[in-house]
Amino acid sequence: MKTPLLADGSAATFWLPEAASTFAADHDYLYYLIFWISTFFFIVMMGAMAYFMVKYRRRKQGETTSDIHGNTKLEIAWSVLPTLILGVFFVLGFRGFIDTLTPPANTLNINVTAQQWAWSFTYPNGGNDSILVVPVGKPVKLTMSSVDVLHSFFVPAFRAKRDVVPGRYTVLWFQSDKLGEYDVLCTEYCGTSHSLMMSKVKVVSQEEYDAHLKGLTGCQDGQSLAECGGVAFKRNGCNSCHSVDGSKLVGPSLKGVYGTEQPITGGPAVIADEQYIRESVMNPMAKIVAGYPAAMPAYAGRINEEQMGALVEYIRSIK
Amino acid sequence: MSSATNAHDDAHGQAHHKFHQHHFLTMAQQASSAKFGVWLFLGQEVLFFSGLFMAYFVFRALYPETWLHAAEQLSKTMGGINTVVLLYSSLTMALAVRSAQLSDKKGLVNNLIQTIVCAFIFLAVKYVEYSAKFEHGLLPGAAYHGHEFIPGRPELFFTVYFTMTGLHGIHVIAGIGVLFWILKRAIRGDFDSTYYIPVENVGLYWHLVDLVWIFLFPLLYLVR
Amino acid sequence: MSATSIDHSPSHAAGEHGHHDNYLVAKKGISSWIWTVDHKRLGIMYLAAVILFFIVGGLAAVAVRTELMNPTKDFMDANAYNRMFTLHGAVMVFLVIIPSIPASLGNFVLPLMLGAKDVAFPKLNLASFWIYVLGAAFFIATLVMGGVDTGWTFYTPYSIKTGSSATTALLGAFILGFSSIFTGINFLVTIHKMRAPGLTWDRLPLFVWAIYATALMQVLATPVLAITLGLLVLERTVHIGIFDPVYGGDPVLFQHFFWFYSHPAVYIMIVPGFGMISELITVHSRKGIFGYKPIAVSSVAIAFIGFLVWGHHLFVSSQSALAGAIFSFLTFAVAVPTAIKVFSWIATLYRGSIEYNTPMVYALAFLFCFSIGGLTGLFLGTLSVDVHLTDTYFVIAHFHYVMMGGTVIAFIGGVHHWWHKFTGKNYNEKIGVIAAIIVFIGFNVTFFTQFIFGSQGMPRRYWSYLEQYHTGHMISTYGSYILAVGLFLALFNLLASLRNKGVAPERWRGVSLEWETATPPIEHNFESIPIVTAGPYDFPEVRAARTGNGH
Repeated sequence: MKTPLLADGSAATFWLPEAASTFAADHDYLYYLIFWISTFFFIVMMGAMAYFMVKYRRRKQGETTSDIHGNTKLEIAWSVLPTLILGVFFVLGFRGFIDTLTPPANTLNINVTAQQWAWSFTYPNGGNDSILVVPVGKPVKLTMSSVDVLHSFFVPAFRAKRDVVPGRYTVLWFQSDKLGEYDVLCTEYCGTSHSLMMSKVKVVSQEEYDAHLKGLTGCQDGQSLAECGGVAFKRNGCNSCHSVDGSKLVGPSLKGVYGTEQPITGGPAVIADEQYIRESVMNPMAKIVAGYPAAMPAYAGRINEEQMGALVEYIRSIK
Repeated sequence: MSSATNAHDDAHGQAHHKFHQHHFLTMAQQASSAKFGVWLFLGQEVLFFSGLFMAYFVFRALYPETWLHAAEQLSKTMGGINTVVLLYSSLTMALAVRSAQLSDKKGLVNNLIQTIVCAFIFLAVKYVEYSAKFEHGLLPGAAYHGHEFIPGRPELFFTVYFTMTGLHGIHVIAGIGVLFWILKRAIRGDFDSTYYIPVENVGLYWHLVDLVWIFLFPLLYLVR
Repeated sequence: MSATSIDHSPSHAAGEHGHHDNYLVAKKGISSWIWTVDHKRLGIMYLAAVILFFIVGGLAAVAVRTELMNPTKDFMDANAYNRMFTLHGAVMVFLVIIPSIPASLGNFVLPLMLGAKDVAFPKLNLASFWIYVLGAAFFIATLVMGGVDTGWTFYTPYSIKTGSSATTALLGAFILGFSSIFTGINFLVTIHKMRAPGLTWDRLPLFVWAIYATALMQVLATPVLAITLGLLVLERTVHIGIFDPVYGGDPVLFQHFFWFYSHPAVYIMIVPGFGMISELITVHSRKGIFGYKPIAVSSVAIAFIGFLVWGHHLFVSSQSALAGAIFSFLTFAVAVPTAIKVFSWIATLYRGSIEYNTPMVYALAFLFCFSIGGLTGLFLGTLSVDVHLTDTYFVIAHFHYVMMGGTVIAFIGGVHHWWHKFTGKNYNEKIGVIAAIIVFIGFNVTFFTQFIFGSQGMPRRYWSYLEQYHTGHMISTYGSYILAVGLFLALFNLLASLRNKGVAPERWRGVSLEWETATPPIEHNFESIPIVTAGPYDFPEVRAARTGNGH
């Protein structure tokens, strides 16, 4: 039952590439919905135009035309109808968009570092690789940062794309239920070799994924990313002000802090997500948790993106 | 279908004013065009500044602590003096327009000179303020090397401070230029109750420059 | 014959303005052009400059397309390619499309349509032109210094770091902004204050309404671009840090500032095209416009809503979901008035008397291409679909269907429409139509393919690409050659007519005021100020229908 112009499966169609993520089907449905409605209206409009072009072509100079200035009913109809259709597009598009923005709870977390002109992926075990390998059927959350300029992480087969911005984290999630190898492209212009900034994402079985991770060298032999973060935590002296067991030192304890809401001195409360943790390390004075002194030094320039990623993973792990 | 009236001849039925430009039908049309043009120009000026105001609010929201502490480094006294000076100059500018409307050449010249003097005082005070900031390294972005502890990103506060007051300062300098031009024409006796639109338009511009400062002063100096 | 009348009564003091030569010969010598304050001469000078830069930008486009013929290097390395597409984009946006219809055709025609002797501020108009030339000189200087590789969007922080001569280009765009602002102020005042007696707002030709909406946006949006580019220049020279994360600045803030101007700029580019099409369709089908008020008002509505949609360029750049939703909603809100315009133009053809001359063929090509441009905009306004399509060739195709298939085609149609008014010459109609058809075919071959491989995931600004996009790129490149042939044919056809002797007879029989003056117009436009008694599209053919039907 496959026709090349309908999204009825995961194979590539005339318009869209192979679909290999869970929200690709929704996306493709909406794409083709807009496509066919647009095509219909285009044919109606051009049909009317072609008909008028033939029927009312000039037969002789000065022939009487017509004194029409409008038609209220027709005008109301062609204002209201498109409004309604566009309303549907808006709602469906927004729903799909929210899905792509809201990762489920139990994601596999992988850090992505972009730089001119390469992608680097850091796995939970601390291993580093230039390609992304993920287990099939599992939601994956990418926490992305850039060390230089803007980049954008794009996997056409997943219909997933998010800009990667220096100085902050952006997050993208997906789940692929289809084994295979897909292109990763950079879609935000980033300088000379922008077009060479490509990689692959391999969707493999859980066993293959585990085997792949074993083959990668971690930040330190045999340590997971969270453990590496723990080492960095001590090495940078974080533990002298922040406990990991809930006791209150100079600064707030980090036990169970990830994902919770934190009150802020002189500003609205924030969620302690990757973004806030990063900011609190790099530039702690920006938003100080209420009830604590503004005493922490800034670590911007003192720790690199990889250490930062490990620290975030460590703080996530302190439950 | 046709009409016999000839607007063109009507227009020329009146006495020809020496500043009447050829392509306008009447002096009234010329005056209202010039005034409308200046209003539009002021509209674009507001948007020109709006970008910096947006930057101000974005970074203030990002670094509220910085703003609180960095504003302490600015001299409220100097800023206050400049506010008074500019407000007074707006008054003298308004009086200058009134003098022109009353064909009072002496009053016009007198008030314009006062306005120009105020503008120079403003710049002088600004110069003293800027020098102090340079001395203490309280400079924008990469140039920042202040010793006083200011939490967060003081370099961004001073970027915002210098770009906003700098752009305003450029407008004051441009204002001095057009004020001198108007002064020269006033001394020559160009303006009277039949023709004062250029005075009025320069006045509108000067009031805008004043108004921008009225916003800058509390936003930058009086952060609470 | 016409809806308007000019008083030729002998009481008119003709002697006051001397004898009435046409504007081309009224004054002589190069300096009479350099220092001219005549809106018609300035319009012609803009026209020449725009065509010149269109050739520059077009050749850059052909170079880009040629490089993309094959997946790997054809004749340029990545560095040269990046400079080439930046050159194409920056020249086309800042030096060609923005001034194309308003500053060249608008300058020439607007005061004529209003029955005015000139724009409100002729000297400011002259200043605008030379500011434009100065800005263009900066762009040329950039070229000589080795080009810029940031893309015309100058996104930070790459534009802060790049070693290419971005500062010069930024200053050029900064300067061009003031040309645009001054032209906008001039046109707004002219339309408000300089209309001939009887020319009420509802009798204005729709071209004037479109220029009005455009001028409004030029005045209100361009200053924001100017300050943004100014800040970026300071960022590059003294590192003020606003857009640089190294100093705590925000690179995405630049995108907000940039698109706050540049999205209205999209409408600054297309709305004059709307106005142009309203003129072409009415005059060449001898019909009043269908729905004058909706078309006029929707131009202004689009101008206003156009200020509130900039965020739809940032759906995937770490903007909040709520902001995304608002911008998506407002984007659809702009789509409705735009759709109404297209429906109205098509309905105008109904029971008309359509002549297939060159301007009309361009107008019909516009309706075809712009409809595709508008409908593909719906894909991009839909949040979840935009995630996949943004920054791919789908977007490239979409905005070329609007900017080139829309504005540029309307502009070329307008140049043909008023060519006789400008020059007093008639170009060869047959060649004109053939060129228009070649342009139409070439355009669609070039850009329609890009929707397909864009949807397949081909990112924009790629010097090399994956093998699966090869066929699409190849077809697109061949299309661009066809397009280039058509455009050059059109240009040669127009230029060839300049060798004709004398003033050719007028063919279009329009009834708005620009058709009431001599051809080419006299230096002061009208022998005496016209009095308007009817609408801009009250053609004799329409009046015959009215009396015939007993209206």
